[in-house]
Amino acid sequence: MEYLIEVKNLTKRFGGLVAVDNVSMGVKEGEVVGLLGDNGAGKSTLIKMISGVYKPDGGKIFFEGKEVKIDSPIKALSIAIETLYQDLALAENLNVYSNIFLGREKLRKVLKFINVLDNNYMHDESKKVLKRLEIEVPSLRNRISTLSGGQRQAVAISRSIYWNAKLLIMDEPTAALGVTEQKKVLGLIRLLRSQGIGIIVISHQLYDVFSVSDRLVILRRGEKVAERNVKETNPDEVVSLIVGAEKVAQRSD
Amino acid sequence: MADITITTRKNGLQKFFSQLGNRWAIIFLFLEIILFSIISPGFFSVKGAQVILINSPFILFLSLAETFVIISGGIDLSVGFVMGFSSVVSAKLIVAFVGLGMNDLLSIIVGIVITLCIGIIPGLVNGILVARLKVPPFIATFSMIGITHGISELLIKGSYIRNLPPIAGRIGNGSLINIVPGKTVSFFISPTIQRGDQLIEILPTVFVIPFIFILFFAFILKSTKFGQHTYAIGGNVDAAIRAGINVKTHLIKIYMLSSFFSTVAGIMYVFRYVTGKADAGAMFLLDGIIAVVIGGASLYGGIGSVWKTLIGCFIILVMENGLRMLGVPTFYKLIVIGIILIFAVLIDQLSPELIHREE
Repeated sequence: MEYLIEVKNLTKRFGGLVAVDNVSMGVKEGEVVGLLGDNGAGKSTLIKMISGVYKPDGGKIFFEGKEVKIDSPIKALSIAIETLYQDLALAENLNVYSNIFLGREKLRKVLKFINVLDNNYMHDESKKVLKRLEIEVPSLRNRISTLSGGQRQAVAISRSIYWNAKLLIMDEPTAALGVTEQKKVLGLIRLLRSQGIGIIVISHQLYDVFSVSDRLVILRRGEKVAERNVKETNPDEVVSLIVGAEKVAQRSD
Repeated sequence: MADITITTRKNGLQKFFSQLGNRWAIIFLFLEIILFSIISPGFFSVKGAQVILINSPFILFLSLAETFVIISGGIDLSVGFVMGFSSVVSAKLIVAFVGLGMNDLLSIIVGIVITLCIGIIPGLVNGILVARLKVPPFIATFSMIGITHGISELLIKGSYIRNLPPIAGRIGNGSLINIVPGKTVSFFISPTIQRGDQLIEILPTVFVIPFIFILFFAFILKSTKFGQHTYAIGGNVDAAIRAGINVKTHLIKIYMLSSFFSTVAGIMYVFRYVTGKADAGAMFLLDGIIAVVIGGASLYGGIGSVWKTLIGCFIILVMENGLRMLGVPTFYKLIVIGIILIFAVLIDQLSPELIHREE
């Protein structure tokens, strides 16, 4: 099966430091790829090149088989690559549907020339997407500040899905959550996979990564040191790959 | 995920403050009106209400300016002196045009239009400093106080702006409807009356004009994309940027809007007092900010509304007028308003999250 997104020989330097060195990887539709590595291994830099925050110094990105230049976050959004950052980027003072539509508000005309927010439309559409993701929030008119961490994560995910994300990049999706909520978010990731969305998950929680991912890509000091099918590896091997205890590095294109 | 439920904890005290937090301002305003009606004879009367409304335009405009700026997460300390600057500029321009032989009304209209164009420049500068050059709003707008104040004084050169056309004063002291029984009815502009004529005035012009602005901009803030983005920037500027909102341009517009309202306040001052003064708005800066905060806005941004600010304004105006009618010196008003402000901030802090819940 062809890759939804494929990066080839991606490189990023900051002055003398090579943050990402010649990394190639791919994600298929309906596949979850776990991106693993210690702090400073280059995970964040790699996804920031995919989400348009950084410009690569070398290498190519292919999306749906075509080469693309992702030179801004807006460009990434326009080709349906959505990124969920750890801080979620929700406006806590706004309600649920306003956040889902933030920056892309649906307007309607009154008196034929005044554009006003179409709150009912945004409310109903948001309700549909939350339903599709089996997320329950008490009321979509509640401000984000009244929601729990898991609910906020769910709202952030629904926002990406509403705008038809094909590739979803999640940076530490379970980091700030309680155990029950972590489980729910993992369940949501599986649901999205079943709906054909490609997902890259960055996480330090090995257990979480193992429970949702199909494949693992392991980075160390900017280089890709291994790629493993989840079924053919175990946490012990992965930990030693992350810290570099074993010489098992093998390049795979 | 069907069993995610709301996890906000409510204990008795928080619940009490949250209930109070949403409504205390309006309750306080009613209590205030009732109190003054009882202890101050003549307070609860048409005349008493008219006096409050006549004194309202400056605080209304400046607090409207602050409402937008504070919700966006900033503050504009320059509104008072931009108001003074605009009063000087418009008064000088109108006098100059009349001096050139232009008709009175035309001089006023042209003077206003030019003043509005000049008056938004301080806001443009503030906006560029804050949004593009990352100067903290407090510093940027504080510097603008000095600049606008200095220029105003230079323009006046220590003297007094005289010879404004009388029509200006008739607008500033007129009412929406002015009736001289049996003789004339006029709108907005007060009629010339003879000795012995009775004059019935309904709603001062200086209140009607800001109120039209309030209606319009309450709508802008609540129901348009511009308003929504203002809240989003104040709530979480990173979220706004990532959502594709052009935050820099938006903030520049907000500070220009703030200067625009201050400029209109300055023009109102010219109509009301038939002169321009460099420090015309100096007294109203604090009242304007306090009205916004008493009304329930958060100084951290993201929370507030035009209607809440209006309630805050009237808490101050009623207090001021009530105390004045009792013959209490003005300093006491400052003390009382200071205490109310502390009370408002405490309520905001004691009711985390819940107060911010939207119904």
